[in-house]
Amino acid sequence: MFALLEKKSIVAVLSLAALALSLTACGASVDEISAEPTGDTSAADIAGAASCVDTSGSSVKIGFVNSLSGTMAISEKTVSNSLTMAAEEINAAGGVLGKQLEIVQEDGASEPTIFAEKAEKLISSDCVAAVFGGWTSASRKAMLPVFEEKKSLLFYPVQYEGLEASPNIFYTGATTNQQILPGMDYLKSIGVTKLFLVGSDYVFPRTANKEIVAYSGANGIEIVGEEYAPLGHTDFATIVNKLKSSGADAVFNTLNGDSNVAFFKEYNNAGLKAADMPVISVSIAEEEVGGIGVENIVGQLTAWNYYQTVESADNEKFVAAFKAKYGASSVTSDPMEAAYTSLYLWKLMVEKAGSFEVAAIQAAADGVEFNAPEGKVVVNGENHHIAKTAYIGEIREDGLIYAIWTSDGAIEPDPFLTNYPWAAGLTES
Amino acid sequence: MDAAIAQLIAGVSLGSILLLAALGLSLTFGQMGVINNAHGEFMMAGAYTSYCVAQVIPDPTWALWISLPVGFLVGGLLGLVLEVALIQRMRLRPLDTLLATFGVALVLQQLAKDIFGPQPVYAQAPGWLSGPVEILGQSVPATRVFIFFLAIFAVAALYAVLRLTPLGRQIRAAMQNRDLAEASGISTRGVDHVTFFLGSGIAGLAGVAATLMDAISFNLGTGKIVDAFLVVVAGGVGQLKGAIIAAFGLGLLQAGIEYSTSTSLAKVLVFLAVVVFLQVRPQGLVALRTRSLA
Repeated sequence: MFALLEKKSIVAVLSLAALALSLTACGASVDEISAEPTGDTSAADIAGAASCVDTSGSSVKIGFVNSLSGTMAISEKTVSNSLTMAAEEINAAGGVLGKQLEIVQEDGASEPTIFAEKAEKLISSDCVAAVFGGWTSASRKAMLPVFEEKKSLLFYPVQYEGLEASPNIFYTGATTNQQILPGMDYLKSIGVTKLFLVGSDYVFPRTANKEIVAYSGANGIEIVGEEYAPLGHTDFATIVNKLKSSGADAVFNTLNGDSNVAFFKEYNNAGLKAADMPVISVSIAEEEVGGIGVENIVGQLTAWNYYQTVESADNEKFVAAFKAKYGASSVTSDPMEAAYTSLYLWKLMVEKAGSFEVAAIQAAADGVEFNAPEGKVVVNGENHHIAKTAYIGEIREDGLIYAIWTSDGAIEPDPFLTNYPWAAGLTES
Repeated sequence: MDAAIAQLIAGVSLGSILLLAALGLSLTFGQMGVINNAHGEFMMAGAYTSYCVAQVIPDPTWALWISLPVGFLVGGLLGLVLEVALIQRMRLRPLDTLLATFGVALVLQQLAKDIFGPQPVYAQAPGWLSGPVEILGQSVPATRVFIFFLAIFAVAALYAVLRLTPLGRQIRAAMQNRDLAEASGISTRGVDHVTFFLGSGIAGLAGVAATLMDAISFNLGTGKIVDAFLVVVAGGVGQLKGAIIAAFGLGLLQAGIEYSTSTSLAKVLVFLAVVVFLQVRPQGLVALRTRSLA
């Protein structure tokens, strides 16, 4: 126990030291660039540091950065699992360009700054060919400058609020026009004219709701309420009271975490029914249903790009492999599938480019296709998102989610909503 | 008008939930001057107890009735162990207990994660509690009515123990003047044990009640402890009456502000109100009258 503690404190001291060092290093390089007229050389140095990837042997390193500790560990561990499974499958099938993948796993510890540090470490000292992971938008935004500066690649597997496209990130989760807008299209198609918005109080729900409000304005849907609860909030009496008196036809729910449990219990106990006033959620996946209690959420809707129940041979294989590796009671969800897909997409990009070089991969990325468990996905070389099929799902008695509406084929990614006139002028909150 | 009545009911309901969470804390804080940061985790233990009981007893109604006393016992025993093993060795060092009990809280959370997993688990509520009942023309979730009566019951039972039993007299004596109580032949150590058992037991009970509304997860306690402290300090340390008034006052305040503004802002304003109130009246609503010199 004491040895363990000591080890921990040593680790803590070391990471503090590392942090201090990297900070000073940071400061130094910034100074160099700004002070010296030969800024180009130092930029080249940085690029040189990025290409320390060793492809001479029989294996090539890739990095995973997921929160294995802290509050996000619940969700991100599953992503790490499916990434690991994809890497093992690829290795068993002969690797990438004949090279076996060697995984370097790092813990982002649910802290955006740690994500940035670990990304830096993976690129500069582990010399990985690409990095996979991240979950919260905060973690992605913290890592973005690292990848851009080091000219390396991040594959980010989670649906997010859009309005971003970095040449050094591939976004394999949905952007808003592939998840939230199909959700709105569905609500419109079932005749919803009065909509109530409930969300947790942070970036994603507020940005998503801005888009929903703009969409609604253009499509004749009236927003009869917009309520935010602090993360971790558990008393929804007032919000449900407002909901009841609002006369809403449906609810768009962007709550996160345990708040969902309290919200759906309150909703149900207040006598509201999915049949009268359906709630469509964008952050409740198969794993969360058990904690909420199936009878509290049965009949409610979700908007995602993948469910465990998607009917395809590719998905059957994926689910079976996952259950064989992580236990029969484990479930597969959208971010896990997107992570699994991201590793295969990278493999296909590398093979198309014939090289592990970042620039070659960026050039080859456009049009790369993969028959993912969710259906066929295609990489968009311009914004680095992927075309995905949207599914509106209904939660059934068995705790699984079944698609009741499917988009007309894969939807082209449009992170800045440039094809939607009503979205002009939208910015991130 | 309808909205006002609905919010009044929401406020009273929130008040009863706050009261249940704060009642035990008020008792242990008042008796021993110890700030027990693990109080929320005793609630968590109560919540997981009701999950475990639900695994053994499939009928949700029986499971709930059995969970309530078992949750009380589990919370109480955890409290007793904490008191005997740690807190009584740190008398007169309140800052140390603050840190030590915080450590215990982290240990208990990790234990819960290791045993039950990081995802919330679920215990089914009895059928007669899922759905609304009519009160003053408003449909109110039956679970909230149940928790209200449970809080009233807990207050009445605690009041009876404190006022009507010899044990209660000893607790009050020790609370008001420990030295004099000892001089009168009361074993204040023994009284401490019992007080901590009772206070933590009520936390366990509150945890069982919380499962009717919230997720049963390892961080159930962290969300509740701050509100519970708010009630205790606003009400006046160790004062049953103060805790009751403060709990319902804060509940109504939160519900009222929340309805006219937003949830996030309501939390901030309630905090602000308590801070301002404590500037004017640092001893809380009801001050402990004591002859002790300390």
